[in-house]
Amino acid sequence: MTRPVVIIGASMGGLRTAESLRRSGYAGPIVAIGEEEHPPYNRPPLSKEVLAADVNHEAVAFPLGDAVADVEWILGRKVDRVDLENQIVTDDLGVEHHYEALIIATGLRPRRVDLPGMPKQGAHVIRSLDDAIALRSEISEGTRVVVYGAGFIGCEVAATAKKLGAHVTVIGKGPVPLLRPLGLELARDIQARQEAQGVNFFMGSTITKVTGGDRVESVLLDSGVELYTQVLIEAIGSEPNLELLHDNDVDLDGGVGADANLRVLKKDGTPWENVYVVGDVARFPIPQFCDYSRRVEHWNIPTEMARKVGKEVALQLSGDADAFAEELAKPFAPIPSFWSDQFDVSLLAYGLIDQADDIQLLEGEAGGDCVYGYYKRGELVGVCGVGMRSKVMGYRSQVGLTRP
Amino acid sequence: MIKINVDMEKCQHYGQCVFEAPNVFRLNDDDKLEYHATAEDSERDNVQAAIDVCPMQAIFIVD
Repeated sequence: MTRPVVIIGASMGGLRTAESLRRSGYAGPIVAIGEEEHPPYNRPPLSKEVLAADVNHEAVAFPLGDAVADVEWILGRKVDRVDLENQIVTDDLGVEHHYEALIIATGLRPRRVDLPGMPKQGAHVIRSLDDAIALRSEISEGTRVVVYGAGFIGCEVAATAKKLGAHVTVIGKGPVPLLRPLGLELARDIQARQEAQGVNFFMGSTITKVTGGDRVESVLLDSGVELYTQVLIEAIGSEPNLELLHDNDVDLDGGVGADANLRVLKKDGTPWENVYVVGDVARFPIPQFCDYSRRVEHWNIPTEMARKVGKEVALQLSGDADAFAEELAKPFAPIPSFWSDQFDVSLLAYGLIDQADDIQLLEGEAGGDCVYGYYKRGELVGVCGVGMRSKVMGYRSQVGLTRP
Repeated sequence: MIKINVDMEKCQHYGQCVFEAPNVFRLNDDDKLEYHATAEDSERDNVQAAIDVCPMQAIFIVD
């Protein structure tokens, strides 16, 4: 029997890879193993629509089209062991899946607040659909909510909770929320807009203690301030899910190391020939924006990776060595993109803003609809707009380094 | 021919589809999405790519 392409991870990256394999002509078996019970769904609505309304999986599920009708989805199942040398993935029922090619799409998990004596109830994260549904049942008119972490998830959840009538306080380490992804000027503007809607901020702060018995009652800040709250939402970033590769010869320095073709790297920097990585867990070269390999947690990246990897694997397994070599000669070169909605503010960005050493207002007026340009050594590496979509899109083709 | 439907209740006019299928989708002067409800079969792959990258998952091919 032909061995399948095995995909570890059944979220967007896994689904898009399966689709890409089929569209690229691979007709053999595909097995996708996912920890969550739910078939693949879209995560961005979790901090917004799913939190705000009584919707279920159906509302966020990706359609499973004809192209992936014969994929074997093994859901609600963990992978216990990966043996790259012998090409075997073992799941938590002890079933061995011998693969022809392997796709690592294990994603991220939320970093948790790890303080002694943390109460068990009232502290939430928001990564999965079940997380969002559990949180939703705790927020209503008048609920006191503390959001720990002032990145995109934190700011979006704060806005949604406020719209639900909660009293919302955001606690963040930096001087302003969203400093790294937006830069100081735009970040200040976003904070002001959030404050105008009634969201409180304690910036430059860390939580040193969470009090309560079974339930969260208050959080203590390093400044000595105590904030009484019924709900604590932890939005302090994510960690790559790497553990199942630990026993293998893989570069796992802050993500699954990949080459320019998204093949997984050994510790000596050479690639495994039939092991690929897709999604947030990948640490990959992106020389048109950045001079080191890194992870990029933007929504469009898994889809872009899946297109590339699906094509490569399909060609590799087709036996057409010339076509495969031709595809390998094309490095993965995405343009990262993100968007964010908070109250009436709608952001759209291209490029890698955190690489900037200089920021310029390109269009409009600060505080209103506007577009900022982000420069590195004088070259545009990112663009972000508040509104002004067409203008932002017009800059997309200009972002990227010509001298990486 | 293929038939295309965009759920305008869902659409937030992010314009990601415009880069994938510029012959089918565009943003107008008010930054709102406009699209052709039908397209040649040759556009199918582009429209499928647009469906994949739509942040709101608002685009459908009606077969």
